[in-house]
Amino acid sequence: MGSEAAAVLAAALAAERLRVVAGLIRVTGDWELAEDCVQDAAERALERWPRDGVPDNPAAWLTTAAHRRALDVLRRRRVEAGKLREVQAMTEREPAAVSGSDDRLALLFTCCHPALPPAGRVALTLRTVSGLSTREVARAFLVSEATMSQRLLRTRNKIAHAGISFRVPPPHRWAERTAGVLAVVYLLFNEGYAATEGEGLRDDLAREALTLSRLVAELLPDHDEAHALRALLLLQDSRRAARTDAAGDLVPMEEQDRSRWDRQMVTDGLAALEAAWRSGNPAGPYRLQAEIAAVHATAATYADTDWARVVACYDALLDVAPTPVVALNRAVAVGFRDGPGAGLEALAVVASDDRLAAYPLVPAVRADLLRRAGRTSEAVPAYQEALAVAPTEAERRFLRRRLRELGVS
Amino acid sequence: MKYLMFVVKDGSTVTEADREAAPDIEKWFADVNGRGKWVIGDRLRPVEDATTVRVRSGELLLTDGPFTESKECIVGFDVLECDDLDEAIEIAAGHPMAYGGSIEVRPFWPIDEG
Repeated sequence: MGSEAAAVLAAALAAERLRVVAGLIRVTGDWELAEDCVQDAAERALERWPRDGVPDNPAAWLTTAAHRRALDVLRRRRVEAGKLREVQAMTEREPAAVSGSDDRLALLFTCCHPALPPAGRVALTLRTVSGLSTREVARAFLVSEATMSQRLLRTRNKIAHAGISFRVPPPHRWAERTAGVLAVVYLLFNEGYAATEGEGLRDDLAREALTLSRLVAELLPDHDEAHALRALLLLQDSRRAARTDAAGDLVPMEEQDRSRWDRQMVTDGLAALEAAWRSGNPAGPYRLQAEIAAVHATAATYADTDWARVVACYDALLDVAPTPVVALNRAVAVGFRDGPGAGLEALAVVASDDRLAAYPLVPAVRADLLRRAGRTSEAVPAYQEALAVAPTEAERRFLRRRLRELGVS
Repeated sequence: MKYLMFVVKDGSTVTEADREAAPDIEKWFADVNGRGKWVIGDRLRPVEDATTVRVRSGELLLTDGPFTESKECIVGFDVLECDDLDEAIEIAAGHPMAYGGSIEVRPFWPIDEG
């Protein structure tokens, strides 16, 4: 019975938690209170539901319990009557009517406010929007719980002290502020995506980012880049199972077993990409990256990849987001479209950019192009250079494998 | 809420386009003051005219110049009364020095608040 109650509770929390937390923050301005009240309601549910039976409407039960708890705490604190009436009013309304999508959207924009430190934005979004515990957020970022606790406190304090309002930004700031929200989701996904087997919760970050991207696309239905970001994350994450082998080693896309790609995620990703195109706006950076991911997701084999389309997308991406990393990826694609020699020429141009001087992927890309060109004697030192600067153990194992294949032990 | 705007000259190179895009200071003031957001503010004399005051072991120590040697210097200040940080940011972003230098927006910390 206990496990049934726990399952119902998890579903009710997934459906209602964010609305309740966002509504309580709007009314009370107290982030910790909001999170604590929902936590408290969940604990009560776990205590009572197995004993008294699961209520007919678990979400409404949870909402009411959280609001009652908030009222209790506020009364004890002798908060002014006006605020109490507001919370009271929330309690008396139907849960669905308590706070519409606007509170959730306001919460997202507030967590991702550009005046907050970037690490704080990410942490607060995970804690408050995704509902991870402080301990879970700490583990995801490989810091101690005390450190994360401090980071969250400082971020919430800045919101209170600097007067950051809980609201959706005005229309003339819409573009840059939504870009800020999408950037937080993308950053979270990359944190998780770069993680490999055995890094525990970091794997889950990608899942949290996927959930967040669905929420953002749902709350910003007319924003093409929100759909494009969702598409990008789905298409990239569809390859998750094929990205590592049984030993936990990275498998390059060329060697991945495409039957292990998640077809449902590919389908959903392509649908989200289509939603982005429906806007009629010129393609933004997320849409172009999603396009590239879609080319890979729809190619039957690696050899069938439409490299001309990939290079065209990178060219367009360089127009809207001219970063050296994009230029580096373009050089890789040119290497496949026109052959490794052309790729090496493109790479030489890119690698002269000072901003790439310490970028560990430059020697790895050069090594790969040299290997494909059959220039083994040059490829070996390039792989050794790449090995010396590779940031993760998984990447080092992959580079050592390449060296072994070239006859170097 | 009250905010202090430090108007900072930071030695950054300014493009011609940014110089031309910078709003007129008189218009900025008329708008901010007209909306009742401006409390007080002024230009400041250059750091050469500053005197830094310290008392150590009961002794008054005076230094000619600013409290810190740096490329950045505060050339003016404004105190604003705003609804929230977003409003203060909008006002700061409309100041000509945001285009050529930088503006630091700092919330007041009222004495009766912890």
